Amino acid sequence: MSVPLTLLGLLEREPSHGYDLKRDYDTWFGRGKPLPYGQVYATLSRLARDGKAIAGPAEHGEGPDRKRYAITEAGIADVERWLSEPAAPEPHLQTVLFAKVVLALMLDRSADRYLDAQRAAHLRRMRELTALKERGDLMDTLLADHGLYHLEADLRWIDHTAARLDTLAQAVRQ
Amino acid sequence: MNAIIEARGVVKSFGQTPALRGACIAVGPGEIVAVMGPSGSGKSTLLHCLSGILVPDQGEAWFAGQRLDTLTETQRSEVRRDKFGFVFQSGQLVPELTAEENVALPLLLGGARRAAALAEARAWLGRLGLDGLGRRRSGELSGGQAQRVALARGMVGGPQVLFADEPTGSLDSVSGEMVMSLMTRAAREQGSTVILVTHDARVAAYADREVIVRDGTVGSLTGAAPSAGTAQSSEAAR
Repeated sequence: MSVPLTLLGLLEREPSHGYDLKRDYDTWFGRGKPLPYGQVYATLSRLARDGKAIAGPAEHGEGPDRKRYAITEAGIADVERWLSEPAAPEPHLQTVLFAKVVLALMLDRSADRYLDAQRAAHLRRMRELTALKERGDLMDTLLADHGLYHLEADLRWIDHTAARLDTLAQAVRQ
Repeated sequence: MNAIIEARGVVKSFGQTPALRGACIAVGPGEIVAVMGPSGSGKSTLLHCLSGILVPDQGEAWFAGQRLDTLTETQRSEVRRDKFGFVFQSGQLVPELTAEENVALPLLLGGARRAAALAEARAWLGRLGLDGLGRRRSGELSGGQAQRVALARGMVGGPQVLFADEPTGSLDSVSGEMVMSLMTRAAREQGSTVILVTHDARVAAYADREVIVRDGTVGSLTGAAPSAGTAQSSEAAR
């Protein structure tokens, strides 16, 4: 998740004060992990320094002076480029699950038992995400679905691996 | 836990092919339990033994403190009609009947008056978002609509236990989620127990807990091994 580009994207929607920007970010993308104020203002300063955003004059009013930030043409170009680029596909060929299975087989320990425990943990998390979908709004559903499909993919790997443990054990112990 | 439905050491074979090898499971009132496992592991056979559709070769099936497996076929049919509801993979609606007649069927077979049964059926169709579709026949419904009609038929009698065997197996993911959401909400509102057979983890995630059937035995997913026995899996077990 790129915080600077996400903030720039929100600025492209409309010029905004740091406070409002943080509120919008937390509403749409925070999901229980709100952005610290310090990070918002530091990011906005960097974006202004790099010519991606421009700060308006300080506005006097109640509380501390506030500046309204607007995106520049260079900032819009960055957002455009970012939104058109695919993110790096996440699954890596080095995973904890894989390492645990191979080591368990290598050390003559129960890979089956580990896979059952992992399956149970995955299903528990899937139940939590499903409950979130049942009581949440469309944004919660969209996010929960993303998690659910990834967990489901892991589970399919777990089942597939469990079905081939004998063959894998032979290969590992050679 | 006081189980409402229970299998104790159930053994069931089809000819020479073992399907269940001492399966044990106990489910409490109002629980929603997913029965998972690979194809041919015996999970559908377990559902059939728990619901009195099949009689175990050995072992016992209990419902509400009563042995099911020692009842006559007629008595088991009455229990299925009066106490249980069923939803299968492909709706299995009666094609000659309208949606509301399909839903009313368990009530009519139980001796309810036609007008009252149809009114109850219409109420259930409304609850499941099928208002206005009651006069359609199954051929005039989408897969998701037909499966919701089947769900209404399974729930209309206020079953103590709803047995669902791959209830979303023939649906796309969005329709499947709608059916699961409606099913679990309706069951929780009515306090019905649900035995949900599925190989799909996203479907199982609607349950309170899951058990896994492997080679004809039942294990919980806590890392423990299955309860007893080992056996060859068999497609005939399904």
